[in-house]
Amino acid sequence: MRIFDPHIHMTSRTTDDYERMAAAGVRAVVEPAFWLGQPRTSPASFADYFDSLIGWEPFRAGQFGVRHHATIALNPKEANDPRCRPVLDLLPRYLDKDGVVAVGEIGYDSMTPEEDAAFAGQLALAVAYDLPALVHTPHRDKVKGVERTLAVVAESGIAPGRVVVDHLNEVTVKLVRDTGCWLGFSIYPDTKMSPPRMVELLRTYGTERMLVNSAADWGRSDPLLTRATGEAMLQAGFTEDDVDQVLWRNPVEFYGQSGRLDLSDLDAPAPTFQGNSILRGGS
Amino acid sequence: MTPDRLRTALRDVPDPDWLDAALRRVADEPASIDRFFPAAGRRCGRGPLPDLPGWTADEAARALLLTALPRGHAEYAEALYRHGDAAEKRAVLRALPLLPIGAAGVPLLHDAIRTNDTRLVAAALGPYAGHLDPPSWRQAVLKCVFMDVPLAEVADLDDRADGELAAMLAGLAAERHAAGRRMPADATDLLDQLTAREA
Repeated sequence: MRIFDPHIHMTSRTTDDYERMAAAGVRAVVEPAFWLGQPRTSPASFADYFDSLIGWEPFRAGQFGVRHHATIALNPKEANDPRCRPVLDLLPRYLDKDGVVAVGEIGYDSMTPEEDAAFAGQLALAVAYDLPALVHTPHRDKVKGVERTLAVVAESGIAPGRVVVDHLNEVTVKLVRDTGCWLGFSIYPDTKMSPPRMVELLRTYGTERMLVNSAADWGRSDPLLTRATGEAMLQAGFTEDDVDQVLWRNPVEFYGQSGRLDLSDLDAPAPTFQGNSILRGGS
Repeated sequence: MTPDRLRTALRDVPDPDWLDAALRRVADEPASIDRFFPAAGRRCGRGPLPDLPGWTADEAARALLLTALPRGHAEYAEALYRHGDAAEKRAVLRALPLLPIGAAGVPLLHDAIRTNDTRLVAAALGPYAGHLDPPSWRQAVLKCVFMDVPLAEVADLDDRADGELAAMLAGLAAERHAAGRRMPADATDLLDQLTAREA
């Protein structure tokens, strides 16, 4: 089973996770820029974070044979802090980078006017830089949040096929299915979605434009739940090809729209200078 | 290395017209390098160049873009390094000996050597590392051994390695021996040579 996790925050994960993910079949990941639990207070702090998403983290992933790409944005939560909003001015230089395959995570947290402005402005950046957009949907007041999200997406002029609306569930999937946007589902140990519930949605709505991610981060989450979902699909009677579509070909097609997804030589031996010190615990 | 050799080695890139146009534009309008520099991998490819062992197409194209900057604009190299992803940083490091900047690029070497990215550490120890002071250079060579970066990546190693470096390598060898771990073969060879030279 080859797995592409289209949404996972590897910065928060250990090398043990990379090893377990690689062993489970995860060969490529996309790490969206988001918040870090501890609120940041200045654009410089974001610049260091973004630099890590296009510098150190892809290198670290490469040591384990995992290909790493990123999405870059000011997340909705921190868009509310006036000290962080100048981050929007930093984005253009990152949106030109090879490893950046979408603008994201953008969208709503509490649906404030500040979030409206950051969301619309960053959808315009996605259009200007010819990139897809990864849209987070709020955890609270979710239905209204998804409806408002879809209205802003429609108004922005971005092609719906270049947008993934993420963190959907049984209630919100219906709102997005017919819009032409891609549908993202985060499989979590307790909250969001579980593998059996995900299988039910795939039965009901089919496997097209469906993206399954672990969204693993610094909270209670599990980077192997993509694999568990693939196994649950097989047990439920889906074919190997269905699993490959959902866990590999769909994310490749979605992020491939950036023209920057580089999955070449994934089967080649590990990169230059194998045996680097990070495998041994750092220098 | 010279700009002419880079240019010749890049003659078969997928989009040579893009590169030619970018080089002309950078010569006329230095600030335009900001957008050409990150795009070079997408336009010129990232594979090794058959005629230029040790160079990839994106690296060579980026180095060439830097050499196309008009005189007095070499400070762009520092900004492109500071704002670059790992491949862009590496290209700046490799271009430093080709730029009319004297020793002004040394802070970039220190930055690269501080990282834990083997590609950057190796690129910092090319010919431009002649500007590094001896203590920094020795520490960087020792770090290569520690990170398993092949010592063949280090420019002027035989001429520059001295008794002090030998003592540092011997210390590392003793620690490795005590831990039941091996030294890389090229480091053991270097230590043997230096020990024989001192004797």
